[in-house]
Amino acid sequence: MIHHRIAPTASYADLSRRNFLVNSAMAGGGLILSFSLPFGEGKAVSAESFAPNAFIRIGTDGQVVLTMPYVEMGQGTYTSIPMLIAEELEVALKQVRLEHAPPNEKLYANPLLGVQATGNSNAIRGAWKPLREAGATARIMLISAAAKRWGVEIASCRADDGEVIHTPSGRHLRYGELAAEAAQMPVPKDVVLKRPEEFKLIGTPAKRLDAAGKVNGTAVYGIDVRPPGVKIATLVQSPVFGGRLKSVDDSAARAIRGVRQIVRLDDAVAVVADHMGAAKKGLEALKIEWDEGLHAVLSTQDIARELEQATLKAGAVAQKIGDAEKAMADAATRVEASYHLPFLAHATMEPMNCTVHFRGSECEIWVGTQAIARVQAMAAKAAGLPVEKVVIHNHLIGGGFGRRLEADGAVRAVEIAKQVDGPVKVVWTREEDIQHDMYRPYWVDHIAAGLDKDGKPVAWVNRFAGSSVIARWLPPAFKDGLDPDTTEGAIDLVYELPNFHVEYVRVEPPGIPTAFWRSVGPSHNVFVTESFIDELAAAAKQDALAYRRALLDHNPRAKAVLDLAAEKAEWGAPLPKGRGRGIALQHAFGSYLAQIAEVEVAKDGSVRVHRVVCAMDCGTVVNPDTVQAQIQSGVMFGVTAALYGEITLKNGRVEQTNFDTYQILRMNEAPAVEVHVVKSAEPPGGMGEAGTSGIVPAIGNAVFAATGRRLRRMPIDTGALKA
Amino acid sequence: MAYNITINGTLRSVDVDGDTPLLWVLRDVLGMTGTKFGCGMALCGACTVHLDGSAVRSCITTIDSVGDSKITTIEAVGSTAAGAKIQKAWLQHEVAQCGYCQSGQIMSASALLAGNAHPTDADIDDAMSGNICRCGTYVRIREAIKLAAQSPAREG
Repeated sequence: MIHHRIAPTASYADLSRRNFLVNSAMAGGGLILSFSLPFGEGKAVSAESFAPNAFIRIGTDGQVVLTMPYVEMGQGTYTSIPMLIAEELEVALKQVRLEHAPPNEKLYANPLLGVQATGNSNAIRGAWKPLREAGATARIMLISAAAKRWGVEIASCRADDGEVIHTPSGRHLRYGELAAEAAQMPVPKDVVLKRPEEFKLIGTPAKRLDAAGKVNGTAVYGIDVRPPGVKIATLVQSPVFGGRLKSVDDSAARAIRGVRQIVRLDDAVAVVADHMGAAKKGLEALKIEWDEGLHAVLSTQDIARELEQATLKAGAVAQKIGDAEKAMADAATRVEASYHLPFLAHATMEPMNCTVHFRGSECEIWVGTQAIARVQAMAAKAAGLPVEKVVIHNHLIGGGFGRRLEADGAVRAVEIAKQVDGPVKVVWTREEDIQHDMYRPYWVDHIAAGLDKDGKPVAWVNRFAGSSVIARWLPPAFKDGLDPDTTEGAIDLVYELPNFHVEYVRVEPPGIPTAFWRSVGPSHNVFVTESFIDELAAAAKQDALAYRRALLDHNPRAKAVLDLAAEKAEWGAPLPKGRGRGIALQHAFGSYLAQIAEVEVAKDGSVRVHRVVCAMDCGTVVNPDTVQAQIQSGVMFGVTAALYGEITLKNGRVEQTNFDTYQILRMNEAPAVEVHVVKSAEPPGGMGEAGTSGIVPAIGNAVFAATGRRLRRMPIDTGALKA
Repeated sequence: MAYNITINGTLRSVDVDGDTPLLWVLRDVLGMTGTKFGCGMALCGACTVHLDGSAVRSCITTIDSVGDSKITTIEAVGSTAAGAKIQKAWLQHEVAQCGYCQSGQIMSASALLAGNAHPTDADIDDAMSGNICRCGTYVRIREAIKLAAQSPAREG
């Protein structure tokens, strides 16, 4: 059995040491190679903008350590990123050891986001070229070192399986033996990367490097850390967002065995105890009065009405092609619809948690986060310390889906830890996790199309309203009322639409925080556009597949996945009564995906998703097993959203509390999922989220095929589908 | 008061209130963090352990209800024949994604296989529907249970 250790994050001491080694040309004896990722995909960047972004470290003992700029939350990045480096470095995956990157925006910023974060399905997209170049550069330096030692031509040497071989004589040296000398070699300016036909690792199914610890209980998530002397705390925050703590009677709580301390914050109370059992019992014993503040009577309906009103006003123009207004006026038929999508919680299986040891002049944090530098910055602010006094240890993530791009949990933990002597692990109850999530925004779309006499769409006008998460999370990326996430999937559609006009109206709902949620912008926009194109096919009395195909002559990759999915799903073959098939097609996260859902609608209106056929063109496949796994995963996530997903507010409070009221798809409800991949030599596209955005409209369209009822809101209202 | 409980073959003494859920005794008192917290209400199965071989949710199993029953957790389930087969199948099928729920999934699947050498799809649904996986690894969980059921008994 291969054992892969996933080391805790390097501390600043480690990082300083590493920088020292670089600067002192390997005083410690080993090769460290820093390399650069360009800022912004495919754009020329001036030399000054290049910054070292990640590290390969080869010790004299032969240990190859890769520092991972992206975090592992199930998506397989701790296997596919090492594959990119190992491919060019010529080492086997079993030879590498992984480290989480410490917070450092300069070194580890995601090139597609410009900040150090793992999200938007862009780890492989960002890393594809630079990380292979990093591996190749290191390999060339190792070969140069060996050639120099042997006094032979570089061209007569090659690298394979962690060693350099002098081909004519068969002499060989392990990388570890060459590390110190390799560090003295000049860094090659241009490296030639392997051609696809030379790949040994890329494109082959690689076993996950993080799998063993996840089947025997040894994998360490943030919630599992136990610094010596740690106390356990759990908290209750104002049930109405923006409310304040008025008073708390903690006499009963303090009498509970194991309860050590009650911590009061402006808008929350925490119980610190020897163990979570005592902390939860203490929490239940608190008698709290809240000043509920401005949002005490807010309901979801209030927010929906505000968004509906907003779609009547002009917004920022996200994309304009041709003259949609004129084409609409000239159209033979006009089709119009409004769509609503609900707030959604992330409900990661690992509830929010963060462990903090606040020592007055410094602060140490243990957490699993998608955005370590953001956590560091916000925790430092909450602690009242400079960032360099906040050390963060990142961990495996028990589900991210966007929730762990936020730092609110760490900020809370710091606020509590400031009042606690010694380390404290703050663990949210599931109820707190669901009721104080930061939610996928509520969206309202008003969309219309004009069809010509043959039913072909000649005009497309869409105006939608909702929150821009980017505007809060990455303000510089929100410009002129628009951002690239909120509009992804609403513009640049795969179909030929000659007169096209899309506007976005930003509305930040009061009294409920919003955040990224798996499949982000497309989770909303693909639902609307793919449902609506299906409406147009129905209005034109045409087959949903043929209607789409006729609009794809200019887009062979989209057409190919659609055709493949249709073939595999046996589109058009008869189905029993009550069953239907529905299509969704998208180009999102740099990948093309067609999905066909087969559903059954029972007499009581309940919907069962039986089968989902997916055809994917994600460009070059790095780890085929990950592609399969991520599409399966994304589909299940989307099926949950379609069947159950809804967060509602009543009197300012989130009504859902736990997995009984916020249901997640279970084994007995899970559809069969088939994933068919189109072979492609294009650069890789993102995989982690695509399956989620497409499946929701595919299900809606299948329900329409089965019942003739169009679903313009999610989740599915089974009452409305009763026979 | 102090409770003496047998965990993974070892007698342990813990001094907590009798209504303390076993989950927190394992994780916070004894430092056995392989067993996970998900919901606290037996709705998700992340905290599943074996009590005399049966799958139970440790988040609602109070310490005073354990008595002489033998507790097995994810840390030691690999020493049972069924547990070893399940863990091996999990690796072969690359089931885990984020992996957080997988301790509980493996405990439920091991208990199923120990009591039913050849589970049908319906048996799998019955045994596994109490375990939520937010990454949606259900397709592979089902395949892995079937693979484990086919593997020879000796190989564990």
